Amino acid sequence: MSTNDTTATRRGKAPAGERVADWADGRLGIYSLAKTNMRKIFPDHWSFMLGEVCLYSFIIIILTGVYLTLFFHPSMNEVEYHGSYIPLQGQMMSEAFNSTMHISFDVRGGLLIRQIHHWAALIFLAGMFVHMMRVFFTGAFRKPREVNWLFGFLLLVLGMFTGFTGYSLPDDLLSGTGVRFMEGAILSVPIVGTYLSMFLFGGEFPGGDFVARFYSIHILLLPGIMLGLLVGHLILVFYHKHTQFAGPGRTNNNVVGMPLLPVYMAKAGGFFFLVFGVIAAIAAIASINPIWAMGPYRPDMVSTGAQPDWYMGFSEGLIRVMPGWEINLWGHTLVLGVFIPLVIFPLVLVAIAVYPFVEAWVTGDRREHHILDRPRNAPTRTAFGAAWVSWYFVLMIGGGNDLWATHFHLSINAITWFVRVGFFVVPVLVFIATKRMCLGLQRRDKDKVLHGRESGIIKRLPHGEFIEVHEPLSQDALHTLTAHEQYKPLEIGPTTDDNGVERKVKGSEKLRAKLSEAYFGEESQIAKPTVEEYKEITSGHGHH
Amino acid sequence: MSSQDIPEENLPAEQDEHGAVSVADEKNPFADPGLPPHEHRVQDIDERAAKRSERMVALLFTVSMLATVGFIASYVAIPHDKAIYVFPIGHINALNFALGLTLGLALFAIGAGAVHWARTLMSDVEIADERHPVEASPEVKAKVMDDFRAGAKESALGRRKLIRNTMFGALALFPLSGVMLLRDLGPLPGTKLRHTMWSKGKLLVNMNTNEPLRASDVSVGSLTFAKPEGLEEKDENFQTEIAKAALMIVRIQPDNIKDKRELEWSHEGIVAYSKICTHVGCPISLYEQQTHHVLCPCHQSTFDLSDGARVIFGPAGHALPQLRIGVNDEGYLEALGDFEEPVGPAFWERG
Repeated sequence: MSTNDTTATRRGKAPAGERVADWADGRLGIYSLAKTNMRKIFPDHWSFMLGEVCLYSFIIIILTGVYLTLFFHPSMNEVEYHGSYIPLQGQMMSEAFNSTMHISFDVRGGLLIRQIHHWAALIFLAGMFVHMMRVFFTGAFRKPREVNWLFGFLLLVLGMFTGFTGYSLPDDLLSGTGVRFMEGAILSVPIVGTYLSMFLFGGEFPGGDFVARFYSIHILLLPGIMLGLLVGHLILVFYHKHTQFAGPGRTNNNVVGMPLLPVYMAKAGGFFFLVFGVIAAIAAIASINPIWAMGPYRPDMVSTGAQPDWYMGFSEGLIRVMPGWEINLWGHTLVLGVFIPLVIFPLVLVAIAVYPFVEAWVTGDRREHHILDRPRNAPTRTAFGAAWVSWYFVLMIGGGNDLWATHFHLSINAITWFVRVGFFVVPVLVFIATKRMCLGLQRRDKDKVLHGRESGIIKRLPHGEFIEVHEPLSQDALHTLTAHEQYKPLEIGPTTDDNGVERKVKGSEKLRAKLSEAYFGEESQIAKPTVEEYKEITSGHGHH
Repeated sequence: MSSQDIPEENLPAEQDEHGAVSVADEKNPFADPGLPPHEHRVQDIDERAAKRSERMVALLFTVSMLATVGFIASYVAIPHDKAIYVFPIGHINALNFALGLTLGLALFAIGAGAVHWARTLMSDVEIADERHPVEASPEVKAKVMDDFRAGAKESALGRRKLIRNTMFGALALFPLSGVMLLRDLGPLPGTKLRHTMWSKGKLLVNMNTNEPLRASDVSVGSLTFAKPEGLEEKDENFQTEIAKAALMIVRIQPDNIKDKRELEWSHEGIVAYSKICTHVGCPISLYEQQTHHVLCPCHQSTFDLSDGARVIFGPAGHALPQLRIGVNDEGYLEALGDFEEPVGPAFWERG
């Protein structure tokens, strides 16, 4: 209905909704904002949903977290338990633990909200991990999205620490053990370790301060920063417009899909409820962090099978498998057995965070990239990513070495040694294997383009030979399979100029050329089929 | 459904003249053929299918409303301490189960309804939007550079170096106030980590019975946890003191003790070791009586209690500190001093 009709039928008075919008536009300029965004196009692919899982679980965490703050007492004052859970009655515990017990047993729905909060946190971090892998393996981090990659990476790291400070708050036996581990790791820092520990805990461990301090870090400082990063992340997603896979009609200069209003408003909005609903159902049937079964924290008590939440598993692995090296010199101790894992912990994460910049340097490509790579078409990147993931999981095995030992009846010493060796060897093997698989898949694509799809129809020729009929691909499929670009390895060129004067080649240039060869040399990619090859095979000799 | 009843003009074949097969480009068979024609869903051509979708969406939204009513009813009706048996989960809290499932259903049904609506009834025609480079055009860039130069020149920051330098100085210094304010987060370490509550003459009190231990109470093969006398659970500093003073007491046949000093510091084979692991401070609690090995359940550091508690496996860096013990006149086990070395994880000043 056009404006003229509306004004005519309503006798000059716009409908209420429009008047509200006019009011807002006069003050906020919402029409200009809506002009570019209301019908914004989003491409469709299942993997683009992973980031949404993160966004929604973050919102769920904030909603449930606010509810929990209404009942939780972030205090380490020791009190005697008199709540409705009989086995712990009369025990001394911190107010933090006591109030968590109160939430779990005496507030109706409190346990549900606690469990939703915790489950959502696990899903949030798992979602971020998988989303990051999606972005990595499809090359979505390339220009212009490097900054957004870093925003996402920071969200993952901050999410890990928000999770850690969060599950430490109930001050139960398991989480206290985790905090003790952290204190031991801080103590290992040369020169300032003891000072850091005293400042963090307000004195000796455990003292009476850390719950209150972790509380403000957990509910205000870190989530505040994360909220800012998240808004920035989303603004950039809108600003850059979403990436898409190659296909008929999809180019680097357009984005093909369906509009935000109404399709994605309904799909994405609905997806929030789907995620929330699933997490609520999980919280209804699967108990998580049953603090009543573990009891309040006591520094002289521990339970077996102690595990951090999954996203801290790899750091746990580092600390478990590191040999206990200690150097004592001039009255000082260098606790390498703990300090080295503490240093490798951020390095593992940074290795993946800086990758986009390394790749951009090697390719020297300054163009914008909006078409996603299929992982097979970037074999070296894919191999690096797979190697990194394998590294991460080897460390997670190390982090659960006791559970692996008890569940699979293995020797804990053997598992520890496997992880020690695997830390160095597994990523290399995975790198090689993944690269070969990518090349194999590239060959397969090439065959498909040149010889067509295997139809499964076996034909017997008059002279008795059996052949399989290959069906030629449609132009859509041909285009999709050949749309990717292939870089040529960088060449340094002659080291002497025309007059025979030697040109200086910087070491970094040589390294770059070497890496470029490793990325794009003959060994590292299968040249994609050319039109000439295709024509020769399809026209000339028919089937073979 | 019966496709015979669909009006002819609604069928896809009637709508797309150039639909079916795309003719291969003679010159470049790999060229982009452009967006494929839209394929109709059954809801696009059959109003009755669309009606069915509409009813399905409405049904899902109705289910959600009912589930919310169920949530409120559960909240009011189910006692918060009632347990029920649910196969195959086991005994669980009935209220948590009911609230979670009704809430989950209420939310999921809204989501499922919205998604079904979007997928079946909203237009699924793909639209292409242009992209524009993020980079500014050269003209815009030139304008910005000029503006910046003009602004910088007018500020005279480059010319009046005194202003610039003192400003940098002031901006660099003021955060120090913030750093100073952090000083009182905690005390300086001093020698706090070197001392525990143990001192000469302090009795070893059994953690379980809260009674002083006699030598005769400790039999070979048993593992006893002890604390210093005078430390009670209700004490304000109990947690911090026990974090350093916790003891493990075992009795080993004196002949089986391989370390000479360990034997000297024991009382007739009763040895007292710090319970706090020297790796990152977990309490060690798994004792293998035949081998006299103790294992930290957190990171699996293993110590040999018959050989000076040296590390035989795992990430710990040094042996557990031993407490020198004896027996007083009344036959009670007592400490003969504090630990000679710091207990717990190693740190820079440990030496």
